[in-house]
Amino acid sequence: MINLKDINKTYYNGAPLHVLKGINLEINAGEMVSIMGASGSGKSTLLNILGILDNYDSGEYRLNDRLIKNLSEREAAILRNKMIGFVFQSFNLISYKNAVENVALPLFYQGVGRKKRNALAEEYLDRVGLKSHALHFPNEMSGGQKQRVAIARALIAQPKIILADEPTGALDSKTSVEVIQLLREVNLQGMTMVIVTHEREIAEATDKIIRLKDGVIEQIEITAKQQQA
Amino acid sequence: MFDLDKYEEIWQSITRNKVRSLLTCFGVFWGILMLVILLGAGNGLRNGIYKNVQGFAVNSLFFYTNQTAEPYKGFKQGRWWSMKYRDVDVIKERVKGLEYISPMLWSKSSDNNVVRGEKAGTFSARGCYPEYFKIEQQRILYGRLLNEMDMKEKRKVCVIGKRVMETLFRPGENPVGTYIKVNGIYFQIVGVIDPIPRASIGGDTKESVILPASTMRQAFNMGDNIYFLCVTIKKGFSGDEMLNEITALLKSQNQIAPNDPQAVGSFSIERQAKAFDTLFIGISVLIWLVGIGTLLSGIIGVSNILLVTVKERTKEIGVRRAIGAKPLSIISQIVSESLTITFFAGIMGLALGIWLLDLVNKSLSGAPDDNGSFFINPEISLHAALAATFILLLSGLVAGIIPAWRAMQIKAIDAIREE
Repeated sequence: MINLKDINKTYYNGAPLHVLKGINLEINAGEMVSIMGASGSGKSTLLNILGILDNYDSGEYRLNDRLIKNLSEREAAILRNKMIGFVFQSFNLISYKNAVENVALPLFYQGVGRKKRNALAEEYLDRVGLKSHALHFPNEMSGGQKQRVAIARALIAQPKIILADEPTGALDSKTSVEVIQLLREVNLQGMTMVIVTHEREIAEATDKIIRLKDGVIEQIEITAKQQQA
Repeated sequence: MFDLDKYEEIWQSITRNKVRSLLTCFGVFWGILMLVILLGAGNGLRNGIYKNVQGFAVNSLFFYTNQTAEPYKGFKQGRWWSMKYRDVDVIKERVKGLEYISPMLWSKSSDNNVVRGEKAGTFSARGCYPEYFKIEQQRILYGRLLNEMDMKEKRKVCVIGKRVMETLFRPGENPVGTYIKVNGIYFQIVGVIDPIPRASIGGDTKESVILPASTMRQAFNMGDNIYFLCVTIKKGFSGDEMLNEITALLKSQNQIAPNDPQAVGSFSIERQAKAFDTLFIGISVLIWLVGIGTLLSGIIGVSNILLVTVKERTKEIGVRRAIGAKPLSIISQIVSESLTITFFAGIMGLALGIWLLDLVNKSLSGAPDDNGSFFINPEISLHAALAATFILLLSGLVAGIIPAWRAMQIKAIDAIREE
């Protein structure tokens, strides 16, 4: 599903900073992997490249066998919309839209009609167990609920992969477990999932842990859970 | 369907901060209101001024006499002189392109010089040729104007102004055929007139008794002198050239130095009209400058607020882009917000402005017509309203460009990144 070949990325803010130094990585369809690393290890940059939010300097990134390189803003936007679902640490729901509208937003950008996309959004809210909160606004929901809405939003366009950037970073441990369980459920239905985290327990809950250090993959660890299976 | 959604998005983000949006609107609203009111006031002033000269033949020239400024043919400078009837004849004979000519005479008016039975009033008596009524146009309320027969036979008839009738007659009474005493001599009234122009020459025509020049000359022993000369010229002849030609003729007929700058006084309606035209072009340029300036500051306000809004919404815009908003849809969202604010506020300003002008218009037209006001029918033309609307749309677009450009600079990564 995801195929990275010798990805290099350097930032030129003041002194050049070589952030990714030749990343080679293969993530198969249906896998749930986590990326760990100290701050500055390049994990956010990698996530941005995976999410087509940023360009890379050299190498090749193939997503679902499509080469992602030198895209225009417009093409990148269309690909993000169709192939990638994002889940963020701070949820990033739009505060003046209720849950249904937030979930339906990716379909809005696909030009799907209101009735259809709202019906679909309610369906996805039901899937994350928040049907009763359909008309609530983000400020009327708890962190866990907000993150579920965000997950529903990431799912609604039926993307190829879900990229989650510290999805439990702003949640307490109990809610974190619930959210990670939800992500796992989604994964079990066949969704490829990449989670960036620095929490050991969260990483343990995935199939593979990719450890980044100073811009290179230091180690890929198969978790105990996966070994048992 | 999709468009409706887009407008709901716009509406949501505008109403999110109502106070700020309203204040932003106010700038544009005020700008367009000022523009409309200024334009209306300018038009009102123009209508008022033009109404004063309307009814005077545009091609009319007027001549009067002044002291000479140059010694000539044995005459000292500073001589008083008068035009004579023979000047009229010479001009008629020699000046091509002359259409109508009429001299004008005035009698001395004393207190209550016009009497009918027990009623009396102070009015000026004026003598002129029947042609004069081609130069200063009149509405005839009763009877007729003076004619050639009155002139030739020196009939003791007169035409009276509206105000004279109101003073001497009961309302509704027809004065035609009645005799009135003017400066001690009886004249029969043949007509009552109401002048169309509000400006007048030689006293307000509404308050005048007009006699045939020949009658007046004889009745009041006025000799050969005339006080004033009114002329109109035929189409195709230049007013300025005719003015010079007649001035030169008057000078040569009356032993005045050809280079005397002041002895023959004159003015031309055409030239006055041109001067007014220039004046009003100046005024409208000023109005548009001030109006557009005010509007511009309103628009800069919109642009400014949208910039702040974009800054505040950095994260939201980043998220939208991450979820797949195309660059064009972000741009169109911001520009549409700007357009909506400016257009909405602008239309309100336009409507209020037109309503206010209409209100003023109504209260002015309720006032008596002859109140001498220099302000009539403040209104704006359809063209001006359309132009204002077009400017609004254009400026809404322009106001949105900078914030939209700024929004495009937001990278999804920067917006989402926690650090």
